[in-house]
Amino acid sequence: MMNNSLTKTPMPVQSPEGRSRNFCEVALGYTAEQAVAEADRCLHCKNRPCVSGCPVSVAIPDFIALVKEGKFGEAYGVISRYSCLPAVCGRVCPQENQCEKLCVRGVKGEPVAIGRLERFVADFHAKEGVAPEKPQKNGRRVAVVGSGPAGLSCAGELAKRGYEVTVFEALHVAGGVLMYGIPEFRLPKEIVAREVEGLKALGVTIVTNAVVGKTFTVEELKAEGFEAVFLGTGAGLPNFMGIKGENAKGVFSANEYLTRVNLMKAYEEGSETPVYPAKKVAVVGGGNVAMDAARTARRLGAEVTVVYRRSRAELPARREEAEHAEEEGVVFRLLANPKEILTDGEDNVVGVKCIEMELGEPDVSGRRRPVEKAGSEFVLEADCVIMALGTSPNPLLKRATAGLETGRRREIVADEGGRTSLDGVFAGGDAVTGSATVILAMGAGKRAAESIDEFLKNR
Amino acid sequence: MFAILKKENLTETVVRMELDAPYIARKAQAGQFVILRADERGERIPLTIAGYDRARGTIEIIFQIVGGATMCLGARKAGESIPDLVGPLGMPTALEGLKKVAVVGGGVGCAIALPVAKRLKELGASVTGIVGFRSRELVILEEEFKGCCDRFFLTTDDGSYGEKGNVCAPLGRLLAEETFDEVITIGPLVMMKFVAEATRPYGVKTVASMNPIMIDGTGMCGCCRLTVGGETKFACVDGPDFDAHLIDFDEAIRRSRIYTQFEARKREEHCNLLHKI
Repeated sequence: MMNNSLTKTPMPVQSPEGRSRNFCEVALGYTAEQAVAEADRCLHCKNRPCVSGCPVSVAIPDFIALVKEGKFGEAYGVISRYSCLPAVCGRVCPQENQCEKLCVRGVKGEPVAIGRLERFVADFHAKEGVAPEKPQKNGRRVAVVGSGPAGLSCAGELAKRGYEVTVFEALHVAGGVLMYGIPEFRLPKEIVAREVEGLKALGVTIVTNAVVGKTFTVEELKAEGFEAVFLGTGAGLPNFMGIKGENAKGVFSANEYLTRVNLMKAYEEGSETPVYPAKKVAVVGGGNVAMDAARTARRLGAEVTVVYRRSRAELPARREEAEHAEEEGVVFRLLANPKEILTDGEDNVVGVKCIEMELGEPDVSGRRRPVEKAGSEFVLEADCVIMALGTSPNPLLKRATAGLETGRRREIVADEGGRTSLDGVFAGGDAVTGSATVILAMGAGKRAAESIDEFLKNR
Repeated sequence: MFAILKKENLTETVVRMELDAPYIARKAQAGQFVILRADERGERIPLTIAGYDRARGTIEIIFQIVGGATMCLGARKAGESIPDLVGPLGMPTALEGLKKVAVVGGGVGCAIALPVAKRLKELGASVTGIVGFRSRELVILEEEFKGCCDRFFLTTDDGSYGEKGNVCAPLGRLLAEETFDEVITIGPLVMMKFVAEATRPYGVKTVASMNPIMIDGTGMCGCCRLTVGGETKFACVDGPDFDAHLIDFDEAIRRSRIYTQFEARKREEHCNLLHKI
């Protein structure tokens, strides 16, 4: 008899009161019994709609069938054929807009908790600690620039096909946004480190403290014997609004705030890196990064308000992140937009002058355009403002790479398969698309790996 | 790991280190910087490259012990290693084609002014060196400057050595008599602000090397942003050199003080720690 529950098997989580004061992971993961019970909700549809919703096309019903039978190790085997970072994806993918959105169980009731099951399987595998089989090397070298989700997935895919892959990372640890951006309480750094170790076990070499475009150029990498280069450099430069007071003391990009806390561990007692001791924080933006910044500030003891210019329905963050933020006491000031950051005589932030917005006609993105409501200005008291408005591609690589075509917003121009204007140079992830998600970057890295494989086989 | 090959104290609080960094040495140019960590838990410290030897594969850094992080770095000995060192970052100082230049350095900023003066000399420019310090015991690199400058002026605030006063005095006298293709200034923000004010009436192009708070140094965090000619620039990727007549120095000074309290507390903690050992 199958599990006919209309709702997902609930995920055990830390209580909001407890977790808003610590940096430990919020969602605790399924037990084996819970995983089996949830797997039993899958209908195993013939046309597998969920798979088409997955950017890396994981054979979802197949792994779920194995979970149902308690064959967790084999289930991992299925996922890992498609995804290099299942423990990460199970935690940070926006499943509600991808696989779970298309789940037939979701027509009436909630879809199967595919993300939670993926996480369970990946965590089970990690506990078992089975070393992957080392692929047969083919003696051909590929350089991957950037060790974020795009780079790691490209590297993993190529390593599985026998290529000798070296990943170059600018920071002192590998993982990119998974390390500096996404907080510990959502994606424990131990898990990222474990996934990176998994790639090393496949034979991938990781070189930290290496900025391609500065320490090495793409041309030098090719001259050193790398037959193809993948650029997964992410969307570097944080965007600001261009309003008055934005360079005052207490205004930060979400990248800076999160990097101080996540990468440099500013939340730990005795950390060498400071984080601004704010009491009232305004976070501007409505994406996952805004939620991460808001929940981080909350954990550091601040009262936090998220200011977002559209309404709840347009909030780009994963639904669960917004819900968690709210449970933790983050206040949402929707349909509002900052006009000016107010400061005292010493240029410290004392508030944000905002204006109320209303939704007008749909814009190019299909979402209704927010327009200002005349005369509705109000002041939000704050001693710290965090701008989470997305990022623009970094100019550094382009400057050092002659012939690399970039678009209007400095993004690297690449086709579906990641091919750029330069022969043997591929790109994917936020460096191509601008700010997007971990899984889209992984999908791009994977597709580029396929293109690189094809390119090198034909050479 | 990156080996510390040599270490020497230039003054009580200013330290020179030579680091083994072949890839950085191969590319380094005057005006660029590195970011390093003194230990596995350490802060990322941006430091302008004070010298490099391409053949030996080494770079030189000169830093002042000011907070916890530089205190940790200062405690490392020759023969030891540091875990992280990345560079060369930022844009090199544009020096090609300059014929007559005044290089104005202040305090530990002289460590960065020196490679600029040296490079200008190599390029055949006439170099006037003007360096200022608070007092005699803080003077560094005097002989090195004399070695690469056609004319050299040294000031101390208290008059304990050289001319009494600050760098703007000799600079002002020179500007009244002659002109320069460019004035390049590297030192405390307040000094650079006054240098910019001294040259502004004469319309002499003036370039300041900025050293704001940074984390990644590759444009990712936006921490090092400053206002130049009304536009927001990131010192790490757009600089660190900017037109000194366009920099909002007052804002840069305020931003440099964001973490003053934290730094003071850290310094105290580290002092206590070092004393206990």
